[in-house]
Amino acid sequence: MAFRSAVITFPGSNCDRDMAVALENVSGTAPVRVWHGDAALPDNLDFIALPGGFSYGDYLRSGAMAARSPIMKAVIEAAARGVAVLGVCNGFQVLAEAQLLPGALMRNANQHFICRDVPLIVENDSSIFTNAYRKGETIRIPVAHHDGNFFADDDMLDRLEGEGRVAFRYAEACNGSRRDIAGVLNEAGNVLGMMPHPERAVETIHGGTDGRALFESAVKGLVAA
Amino acid sequence: MKVQIHISLKPGVLDPQGRAIHHALEGLGFSGVNDVRAGRLIELDVADDISDAQLDEMCSKLLANMVIENYRIEKLENA
Repeated sequence: MAFRSAVITFPGSNCDRDMAVALENVSGTAPVRVWHGDAALPDNLDFIALPGGFSYGDYLRSGAMAARSPIMKAVIEAAARGVAVLGVCNGFQVLAEAQLLPGALMRNANQHFICRDVPLIVENDSSIFTNAYRKGETIRIPVAHHDGNFFADDDMLDRLEGEGRVAFRYAEACNGSRRDIAGVLNEAGNVLGMMPHPERAVETIHGGTDGRALFESAVKGLVAA
Repeated sequence: MKVQIHISLKPGVLDPQGRAIHHALEGLGFSGVNDVRAGRLIELDVADDISDAQLDEMCSKLLANMVIENYRIEKLENA
């Protein structure tokens, strides 16, 4: 059965095409491209991706305006039904602003835009996004963001760690994120937000393919289901 | 009626921007600055009969991110 996915484009998204190419490359099926102003998503989706970029020019707070755009109502409903939702970079900021994920993404601690490959430790290898990785392995994925400094209070951080909801952690200090958290899952495990860009590490020509397993995890798990 | 919404980071939330401003003030030779916290001011022009509850809801639903920010509503009467 084909892998049915959608990539949402907000005004100011700039990684939507990369995300679509990665999804088609790994799954063999092109995702449906959905505009932020659309009110509905295609039926029977397996996977929704919120791409990186600078939606609405980062006005107010990164992701704040996009989180209130028309399509997000449908995304929130789909997430509640158990559809897999991946937010990368600005997509993570949108998911946090939409309260599909806990915490907030603040300005990087050093105030700089950080654009480089970073080593990540895989902390969870059982989710639909991470089951093709091994827990504890170190992978290299690019980051490119100004507001990736993950903040949550101590109670929430303890809860995230206790429930295995930290998906990825920076193997070295990156942006000031509390407990070096790079990616988190929601309570049900079907929503993942991460600042690093797995879609930029899918083909050899990218300089690394460590992001490929994330899409393979989802394709294998969701198409078989 | 004009309403000013003052948004500030919650105590305990690190403020990299405030820290950079603090550093820049010291660089300009200003001493005696103990701490700097940066916030945001949003000014609304609203109907006179708008309720406090509506203003609160605007703040908590969009204008402030309640995970990291606090807000204070100041009504400027006759403005």
